[in-house]
Amino acid sequence: MTPLAPVVLVAGNPNSGKSTLFNALTGSRARVANYPGVTVDRISAPLTTKDGRVIELVDLPGTYSLSARSREEQIAVDALLGRGLPAPRAVVVAVDAAALGRALFLVIEILATGVPVVIALNMSDEAARDGIAIDVARLAAMTGAEVVRTVATRGEGIAALAAAIARAAARPASDAPFLDRPDALNLDIAELEAAILEERVLDRHGAARAWATWLLLSLDDQGGDDLLGIPPRLRTLTLAIRDRAAAAGRNVDLEIISSSYRRVDTLVDAVVRRSPGTSRSLTDRLDSVLTHRFAGGVVFAVVMMLVFQALFSWSEPAIAFVESRVAGAQALVTAALPPGPLTDLLVDGVIAGVGNVVVFVPQIGLLFLFIGLLEDSGYLARVAFVIDRLMRSVGLHGRAFVPMLSGFSCAVPAVMATRTIESRTDRLLTMLVLPLMSCSARLPVYVLVTATVLAPGARAGVFSAGAVLLFAMYMLSVVAALAAAAVLRRTVLKGPGATLVLELPPYRLPSVRVLFFNVWQRVRSFLIDAGTLILALTIVLWALLSYPRAPAGAGPGEELRQSFAGRLGHAIEPAIAPLGFDWRIGVGIIGAFTAREVFVSTLAIVFDIESADPVNEPLRDALRAATWPDGRRLMTPLTGVSLMVFFVLACQCMSTIAVVRRESGTWRWPIFMFAYMTALAYGASLFVYQVGSRLGLGIG
Amino acid sequence: MTAKPGSLAALPVGGSAVVCRVRGDRAVVRRLLEVGLVPGTKVTMRRIAPLGDPIELRVRNFALSIRRSEALGIDIE
Repeated sequence: MTPLAPVVLVAGNPNSGKSTLFNALTGSRARVANYPGVTVDRISAPLTTKDGRVIELVDLPGTYSLSARSREEQIAVDALLGRGLPAPRAVVVAVDAAALGRALFLVIEILATGVPVVIALNMSDEAARDGIAIDVARLAAMTGAEVVRTVATRGEGIAALAAAIARAAARPASDAPFLDRPDALNLDIAELEAAILEERVLDRHGAARAWATWLLLSLDDQGGDDLLGIPPRLRTLTLAIRDRAAAAGRNVDLEIISSSYRRVDTLVDAVVRRSPGTSRSLTDRLDSVLTHRFAGGVVFAVVMMLVFQALFSWSEPAIAFVESRVAGAQALVTAALPPGPLTDLLVDGVIAGVGNVVVFVPQIGLLFLFIGLLEDSGYLARVAFVIDRLMRSVGLHGRAFVPMLSGFSCAVPAVMATRTIESRTDRLLTMLVLPLMSCSARLPVYVLVTATVLAPGARAGVFSAGAVLLFAMYMLSVVAALAAAAVLRRTVLKGPGATLVLELPPYRLPSVRVLFFNVWQRVRSFLIDAGTLILALTIVLWALLSYPRAPAGAGPGEELRQSFAGRLGHAIEPAIAPLGFDWRIGVGIIGAFTAREVFVSTLAIVFDIESADPVNEPLRDALRAATWPDGRRLMTPLTGVSLMVFFVLACQCMSTIAVVRRESGTWRWPIFMFAYMTALAYGASLFVYQVGSRLGLGIG
Repeated sequence: MTAKPGSLAALPVGGSAVVCRVRGDRAVVRRLLEVGLVPGTKVTMRRIAPLGDPIELRVRNFALSIRRSEALGIDIE
């Protein structure tokens, strides 16, 4: 594709089949990049017209309107008006033909920019089934847009759509006013439009008018938006105009949106014919079960258990396969190269680092396969509908449920899954608390600790003491996550935007192609963006644990003990001794930053144990025998509980930090998350150990 | 949460009405207006979630779910 290929955007509401349409138009030649400054994928693909010209088709994120409060939402208007991005020659708007009365609102907003528009009346088979007939010629005449009927899932109308795109892209943009607005509003818009042209932000009248309307609708009166690229003069003028209107008793937002919807209603009245007496739809019948008071709850539990089962058990063989391949590669390189620092770097830094990245792929792939299935079939919206009441009580969105649940398996895919949440505040809140959910990598730590500190067969009432402890840790993790959400919502992430405006789309069969394309895209973006960071962090940690080198002939234990990490363990001992941890546990905690289960193998090295798996007796014996210099036992049951509590609450995971960095777009949030979780873990363990010691529980 | 008459939150399941005013936080109101709940629009109360909240509406031939707290700010006639 030449860099100068004209751009045509593909816009549309969520659930309008936009992605399927994009896929049907372009085949599988899509490229994924990032919009500058935000973590939104920019998916583009070349489209060759009949006469051999190449157009670059760009998929815009799904949206109900152009107005924005965040930079992510601002992408739509910037892309349409060509601010910081190439100006589009035309825009295809994917429209759910059955819900024209809502979908045309976005069409109207885009038509108002003057850019040539192609309306794809998608899912027109569903509309026909519902008894809805649309007068295509009339819609085209009344809007000046190309209108094409499509059924993207079956490839119907795609050739006609491609031809219409080529025609539209050859037309010039229009500057004629498209909408009837109230006179006072027209004056406001004209004043702002003139200032925009003067400031040379935009040079076309139609574009400046559309941007003026957008500014009036989007800018926050208290400056609470984080929209970019707005000259201070225009910001001041916009707010002055809004103030003036408010003083005159006018509501600018209502005027803009109502006048657009008046046009929508006029169009719908003119072009939509509905045959009366259509039977109750399939979606309606399904919903009466799936959102039923009792049956709905049962289905919900079963589906969520299935997702849970898949993440926990089905990914296991794939993870084991990755791990065995990594071990194989390490053995191969160790055998092939002469021993030395370079070989060590390659084996324990680079190959281990690549392994640390790839090992997440099975879980990410499975989670996104399930989310894709749930989302595209329409059930994910029902999940939010059913569970929102509970989630809201701690300030979370109904859509946060699936990411939180996947947090029990692994925080990395779970953080990525927060993308299904629309609002940035809701999304951030979810990704900041879900690493508190007890992930499967903590399990080996719990197992080692309980098996070490509890006598075999120890019981608490009718239950085994180990089971009670384990259950308590899971409960602690859930309570901590929900409490953290409630606190963060009231402090760091407070403010409005905590709304639920959720479309419940009709149930549909997902398109396998779109499903796998989306899974691949997620995996790919993880490998490239978060993966490189995880690889780099693995190498840094490897260096910390391996340098400076011990004198020749020293064993691995000796090497680790005198490495940076070993010294760091000693250095932090005064800080962690009040939690009941000595420097050796400190080294284990540092090592666990690679991944929590590495705690076990790091401890094994510190204690000079050859093989390290959680059920390995020598390590447990060594831990049981370990003492403080004054002869007190190190691993009392109280130390064990304190250590487990620490692992529940601490952000001991560089991959989580890397993926939060990637998904939040800044270092600010992962650093904040690391700080608050570490403080929480330290405080809780300190409380457990100190109070327990005072009560005489530490002797055990 | 008790809904006063004249608010969308008080509409019984199966009932229909016309939106006459949307009140509340600006960002919330704008969002509700943009998805089509503008004055003059007909809404039907379709369903209440198993836990009593949110609610499901039929607006402009699509299914929209909002919370009761948001519905309280929507006046109907």
